[in-house]
Amino acid sequence: MAVVEGRTSPQTLSEKASSEKISQERAWHEVVLQTLKRNDIRLVPYVPDRVLTTLIGNIHADPFFTTFPTAREEEAVGIVSGAWMGGLRGAVLMQTSGFATLANVLASLAIPYQIPLIMLVSERGTLGEFNYGQSLVCRTMRPVLDSLAMEHHTATRLDEFEFMIDRSIKQAIATQAPVALILSPLLTGGKVFEK
Amino acid sequence: MSEPMSQQAKTAARNTKVMNRFDLTSRLVARLKHEEAVIGGIGNTNFDLWAAGRRPQNFYMLGSMGLAFPIALGVALAQPKRRVFALEGDGSLLMQLGCLSTIAALKPANLSMIVMDNGVYQITGAQPTPAAGVSDIVAIAAGCGLANSAWAADEEDFERLVDQALAATAPTLIGVRIDDKPGVGATRRDPVQIRERFMLGLGVREAP
Repeated sequence: MAVVEGRTSPQTLSEKASSEKISQERAWHEVVLQTLKRNDIRLVPYVPDRVLTTLIGNIHADPFFTTFPTAREEEAVGIVSGAWMGGLRGAVLMQTSGFATLANVLASLAIPYQIPLIMLVSERGTLGEFNYGQSLVCRTMRPVLDSLAMEHHTATRLDEFEFMIDRSIKQAIATQAPVALILSPLLTGGKVFEK
Repeated sequence: MSEPMSQQAKTAARNTKVMNRFDLTSRLVARLKHEEAVIGGIGNTNFDLWAAGRRPQNFYMLGSMGLAFPIALGVALAQPKRRVFALEGDGSLLMQLGCLSTIAALKPANLSMIVMDNGVYQITGAQPTPAAGVSDIVAIAAGCGLANSAWAADEEDFERLVDQALAATAPTLIGVRIDDKPGVGATRRDPVQIRERFMLGLGVREAP
């Protein structure tokens, strides 16, 4: 280890520090927005969540995206499914409790029709949850995903996040299979109890 | 069966002829000359679309009850130059009334919705829906902000409303009262083939 350090030039160290600084400066929601853009995902229907507020605001402010709220999460799934068949890529933003409403549409539309449904799920119900119902419904999410053999990843670290979201989007499209990216409070800070 | 239908007749807005789903679907398809997309809702709605003649621009739902309008909205947003029709049953629409507000807010000019209203869940044994005889779906749509919503008085009126929809500059919704007959055909239940043919029909896929 000492040898390796000894071989490292001061310039390289400084570049490394500089690139780390850049990645630290980029918030998780900026990574989402830029990665969606890079993968030409233009349609973003959502059901809001406190943790997603900044992301939703920034997507609204960017003319690259067509974004709007829907009344239910499965409605948003239907919209991005239709859009993909028409040649427009989309992703759905939601909260844990919203995912819990999706088992039927996943099993009867996204999976059997082989639609690359991309879902970003802000995780409530764990790591400091204050609402018992949220903690209960959260426990249904991964068993549902596993029971349908769906690809899913839980993002907890900013340094892994871009790789995870970018590769997951590309895999969903290439394999025509849905993916759920679960945004842990470890990544986002979550929603905390305030009086 | 006769009970909910007679209750419906008491509603002024429902003072329209009881028509037939397959006949109306055939009339719609006959008027489509420009590769318009058609999304058929779950059950009898897409069975009759299938029976009215296979078109590469037809999409047949085999589940996800209530999502015909949202799927059609997605197609309409992806291909703004193509007219998109969605056929949905009244029971299905009741599952997803919120989508009417979403569509009203987005105002896709190329989207037209047709609600086949018989007041019953025909395919499960013709049980009345909770809306049968008390709720007016066209009034609900108008209340959601879809100003171009109307009941079709009879077959000729339906064709007139379809022609209007084909030239509309805002989303349109046509309500039709239909009988309790089952669908005429039965869609071949192959979801990947349905989706792939649809994408080919929309020009998203190239012919193999």
